[in-house]
Amino acid sequence: MPIDILMPALSPTMEEGKLAKWLKSEGDTVSAGDVIAEIETDKATMEVEAVDEGTLGKILVAEGTDAVKVNEKIAILLAEGEDASAIDAAASAPAAEAAPAKQEAASAPAVASAPTPQAPAPETAEDPEVPAGTSMKSSTVREALRDAMAEEMRRDGDVFVMGEEVAEYQGAYKITQGLLAEFSDKRVIDTPITEHGFAGLGVGAAMAGLRPIVEFMTFNFAMQAMDQIINSAAKTLYMSGGQMGAPIVFRGPNGAAARVGAQHSQDYAAWFAHVPGLKVVQPYSAADAKGLLKAAIRDPNPVIFLENEILYGHSFEIPDMDDFVLPIGKAKIERGGTDVTLVSWGIGMTYAMKAAEELAGMGISAEVVNLRTIRPLDIDTVLASVRKTGRLVTVEEAFPMCSVSSEIAFQVQEKAFDYLDAPIARVTGKDVPMPYAANLEKLALPNVGEVIDAVKAVTYTA
Amino acid sequence: MAATSKTTSASSKSTSRTRSSAKKAEPAIAEFDKDQELHAYREMLLIRRFEEKAGQLYGMGLIGGFCHLYIGQEAVVVGLQMAKKDGDQMITGYRDHGHMLAMDLDPKGVMAELTGRRGGLSKGKGGSMHMFSKEKHFYGGHGIVGAQVPLGTGLGFANKYRENGNVAMAFFGDGASNQGQVYESFNMAELWKLPVVYVIENNKYGMGTSVARASATTDLSKRGESFGIPGEQVDGMDVRAVSAAGAKALEWCRSGKGPYILEMITYRYRGHSMSDPAKYRSKDEVQKMRTEHDPIEQVRKRLIEKNWASEDDLKGIDKDVRARVAEAAEFAQTDPEPDASELYTDILI
Repeated sequence: MPIDILMPALSPTMEEGKLAKWLKSEGDTVSAGDVIAEIETDKATMEVEAVDEGTLGKILVAEGTDAVKVNEKIAILLAEGEDASAIDAAASAPAAEAAPAKQEAASAPAVASAPTPQAPAPETAEDPEVPAGTSMKSSTVREALRDAMAEEMRRDGDVFVMGEEVAEYQGAYKITQGLLAEFSDKRVIDTPITEHGFAGLGVGAAMAGLRPIVEFMTFNFAMQAMDQIINSAAKTLYMSGGQMGAPIVFRGPNGAAARVGAQHSQDYAAWFAHVPGLKVVQPYSAADAKGLLKAAIRDPNPVIFLENEILYGHSFEIPDMDDFVLPIGKAKIERGGTDVTLVSWGIGMTYAMKAAEELAGMGISAEVVNLRTIRPLDIDTVLASVRKTGRLVTVEEAFPMCSVSSEIAFQVQEKAFDYLDAPIARVTGKDVPMPYAANLEKLALPNVGEVIDAVKAVTYTA
Repeated sequence: MAATSKTTSASSKSTSRTRSSAKKAEPAIAEFDKDQELHAYREMLLIRRFEEKAGQLYGMGLIGGFCHLYIGQEAVVVGLQMAKKDGDQMITGYRDHGHMLAMDLDPKGVMAELTGRRGGLSKGKGGSMHMFSKEKHFYGGHGIVGAQVPLGTGLGFANKYRENGNVAMAFFGDGASNQGQVYESFNMAELWKLPVVYVIENNKYGMGTSVARASATTDLSKRGESFGIPGEQVDGMDVRAVSAAGAKALEWCRSGKGPYILEMITYRYRGHSMSDPAKYRSKDEVQKMRTEHDPIEQVRKRLIEKNWASEDDLKGIDKDVRARVAEAAEFAQTDPEPDASELYTDILI
């Protein structure tokens, strides 16, 4: 029986990639461990090694093909004694049947936690921060973050970026791609694996007037640096009676990626938002990412900038402007509506937007507020929407206890109690450490169905 | 600021070392001239009298919370102040009053901060452990043990980034020298050749725990060895030895060779904080240090012996210093508390 060679997943969040190059030709003998092809993802070029031995019978995806989905059949390997006639039979069988168990296991988490990038819905509201008539271009969140840093580094010689693998490796998630070449190792600095130390070093440099961007490979590792972030960065301005603060950005991916387990899957927005003296930004789209990161770098205060690995590869329309800066502390009505308010931020927005789309088909008009910033919280925009719709559902991936949702619910009941026609509902991650198993992980994260159910509950349409 | 000290190789009394080591055979001593001796005397006396007054005000309930006195350790910060150049920064932990006075922060502002008044250097919002002056190159005043070490390394990073020729001095105690972030800092500082002098003020006790009970290796000057950072032990009770070692370390850093560690062997006469009765050491131990190694008395003796000052001259200095401290204390007691509106200021810019 010929063996199918499938497009491999080379990272927890990879959904597709480019088949850059075949290193073996049809008819070549392949041993297990041989490098047979090169695959490019948006993060890296990786080699594909053969798992089985045999003869490369047929190449199904030509080199140079873009957007090859994970688990798509890319070649057929013939076992000893098999000839080309076996290929036809194999090729006609769908890949899913050839390896059903494997495909299901591999694709499930991607479906659970990585919604396919979507074109902005037609109802998407204009961003009042963008001048009318501005032309738009497509950008991934990854590119937007990189461009924001590059633009600010060109603008201000005191801005530098430091972190693990940010320079020569071009970023663990390729966010700093190309920066080393443009700005040299003076301003793009690989650190040792020493979060507490380099976070503190960055704060000290900021106290001396520089403008550090400190990248955490993930915010899970920022726990090592918590003391310097909270006690040194956030409190010094107050403790010095306003004489000395720390203009610094701590940024990196935050929250769950896919199948990386409990220690690498946590949303820390509520932790940082708890602390006076910090600003906390959690972008959703590429425009959010670019405009807010530029603002964060210019901000004279310490800013926690919470990205999301799954969103890195998502493409959005972004204003084609020389200097696109968004105000920190201002939410955006991402989609207008009248029946219910959905408040979300970061990757939670992907559930909220999809739910709003589906709800529209059910005749329920949902307004989606993209918070953009967690602290300072733009409660006024939320309140204005709630006063209009009378109903509120919050959507986030973080744990429910003492969450950002809890704070929003408190403030809304305090300031718009008389406008509420139903109790506030929240959709959050479940109150459990993130499990590894694909099915459990899917259960632990919120999903579109839960958002729709919550909306039905608050609109009494269940 | 005093002139850079000259260095000679005159031998010194090995005041407080508990072990011998070949490298410390001939500690360098700066030969001070008259002006330097008088400067050192005056500066150290200011710290001593200030701290005595602070202790008094604490006893009267005018200073709240924590109050860590620097009495006994004056030679460390004054010696380094005399070795540094304008633009060099200092950053330290919570036992910081001496550093602020040595960096020329206004004693009135410091004392009023201790009493939590609006004229305090941090408007009364920082307290004993949290005062700063960018203008005077003093970066605090930090209450978390060891946190100032990465911060000070960041100051050194900024100096190198700006190529301004300045050196940061990060002070920390023997207790802090066991914090992990200290070694994270050492590694980066040597890796990137940052101009930072790490000044370990070894006063022999981290709160109530002696160095020997807390540290697997007690020669803290060697704590940089695995990173390739040179270090030396210095008689931290002799302001001339401190100054000479400081000048050497600062020059090392300024010339681009990377960080340097100075372990200052010193002693605090008082408890860890005002609420510490210091029962973990004998009265004799303290008395011996006071009578035999007091940093101020050493200078006083030399001034008299060399006929650079008479008893009356020194009494005059003491009177001036007491007057400054009294003025500071008076201000700290009469200045009003911060306005209630200050509660919500200075959180963000």
